[in-house]
Amino acid sequence: MKILVCISHVPDTTSKINFTDGDTKFDTNGVQFVINPNDEFGLTRAMWFKEKQGATVHVVNVGGPETEPTLRKALAIGADEAIRINTAATDGFSVAKQLANVAKEGGYDLVIGGRESIDYNGGMVPGMVAKLIGANFVNTCINLEVEGDKATAIREIDGGKETLKTSLPLVIGGQKGLVEESDLRIPNMRGIMQARTKPLNVKEPVDANSETSTVSFEKPAPKGDVKLVDSVDELINLLHNEAKAI
Amino acid sequence: MILVYTESEEGKIKKIALEAVSYAKGIADQMGTSVTAVAINANDTSELGKYGASKVLEVSDDKLNKFNGEAYADVIGQAAKSEGAKVIVLTSSANSKFLAPTLAVNLEAGFVPNVVELPSSTSPFKVKHSVFTNKAFANTEITTDIKIVGIGKNSYGLKENETSATTEAFTANLDAHDFDMEVVSVDKATDTVTIADAEIVVSGGRGLKGPENWGMIEELADILGAATACSKPVSDMGWRPHSEHVGQTGKPVASNLYIAIGISGAIQHLAGINASKVKVVINNDPEAPFFKAADYGMVGDAFEIVPELNKKLKEFKAQNA
Repeated sequence: MKILVCISHVPDTTSKINFTDGDTKFDTNGVQFVINPNDEFGLTRAMWFKEKQGATVHVVNVGGPETEPTLRKALAIGADEAIRINTAATDGFSVAKQLANVAKEGGYDLVIGGRESIDYNGGMVPGMVAKLIGANFVNTCINLEVEGDKATAIREIDGGKETLKTSLPLVIGGQKGLVEESDLRIPNMRGIMQARTKPLNVKEPVDANSETSTVSFEKPAPKGDVKLVDSVDELINLLHNEAKAI
Repeated sequence: MILVYTESEEGKIKKIALEAVSYAKGIADQMGTSVTAVAINANDTSELGKYGASKVLEVSDDKLNKFNGEAYADVIGQAAKSEGAKVIVLTSSANSKFLAPTLAVNLEAGFVPNVVELPSSTSPFKVKHSVFTNKAFANTEITTDIKIVGIGKNSYGLKENETSATTEAFTANLDAHDFDMEVVSVDKATDTVTIADAEIVVSGGRGLKGPENWGMIEELADILGAATACSKPVSDMGWRPHSEHVGQTGKPVASNLYIAIGISGAIQHLAGINASKVKVVINNDPEAPFFKAADYGMVGDAFEIVPELNKKLKEFKAQNA
């Protein structure tokens, strides 16, 4: 089985979010970038397929040279090869087109993406890739088993879960549950050394149009101070009469 | 024409669908056009007119009894084409988010999710949506001929707008590829409120010391008709199921009221609940970061406060029933 894991290069979850250039660009100053957490659950599941079922695992990212440390980390975790598509990620559709091209050319059986990236929260790339390459698609995937060309997936739905039977080629939008938090791997020294010599291929982009364009960013209005209450009675009273929430 | 997909569950139109109709009517008024709703296997669509739909396309097909992203996207896409829709409104439900990218590719339409208000301009078509898990907003222009927007839950609200709606049966052409996926089983609690649908969410953190202490949290949720949730450490330690984990890598919460008990308020947790309207924190540590994010706070021992809160809320509910 050939697996392609799509890696989004995102600010660490603890990052302070600021903008520059008249609020038109994300301020990367002092920001630590990581593998998108939803993608990391998928990558770790891919490692399981590699170790138990002999799968080959490639990782791919759309972005400039500054995203290469994130791909190297994925190699250190155990991916066999990395591909960087050398263009800025502008919108969900154009990224999906680049990834779909790689997925098609490489003849991957399984493409693993994340439910959403934690920066732009678009949640559209895996579904678009699936449609563009004519593969099946499971979103918010929390469990995946593959046998031959058949797959059984569990997806999270609002208030529960659903078990699906489908076939390869398959694209998933993964999240926690594919593996547990405790299964995530911190690259060890051997992995890091090996990652240095594993192939990281830079590929030039195909023509792809954007369908959306972000004009500006803004931060939420500052919040007023918390109202501290001393008694349960006062809390109930405020929630009922002032906040009108109960 | 604005097309809105009105989701139903076991035949009943969902509340978020009514919010989507309200929002679609808002855009229709901006653009001087009308709203058509498309409903799949809904028993009763008469409510949709009340929120501004002037036409309802009713699809009824036993093959669509269970959600199927590919097939549902085809139904909505074909409805959009036959109606000549320029804008399609979806919600932020798991099913809407599943089908939206497929629909976007089918219609070559630009898609923006998590939209929080009406477009600031319809030509060019510009919407504000939450990004960085509610830590910021982006103003984004959709440049394609057809536009798809997914509205964030509770961001627009229900707005009544009595319209007389006509109803039409609509049949989509579906082929074998639409059913390459088979739903084997659905495991869904029917007696509890889900985080996605809840008006009120009651959430517990590490301060509760162990899973055996969740009885009072469940009781509080029960009194308020609320869903229960938890912080990341609580789900990582297995005290509560992953499906209750709220935060940046868990579920987002956009309820009217969010009550956090024994949760210190890590930045990732606060991001996940930021879209909630009223936030209450109960914590014994006055320095807990949650107090900076909350509207109301009570410093003290949850094991004393929560039982008293439950008792008094029961009395309050009895009086205000």
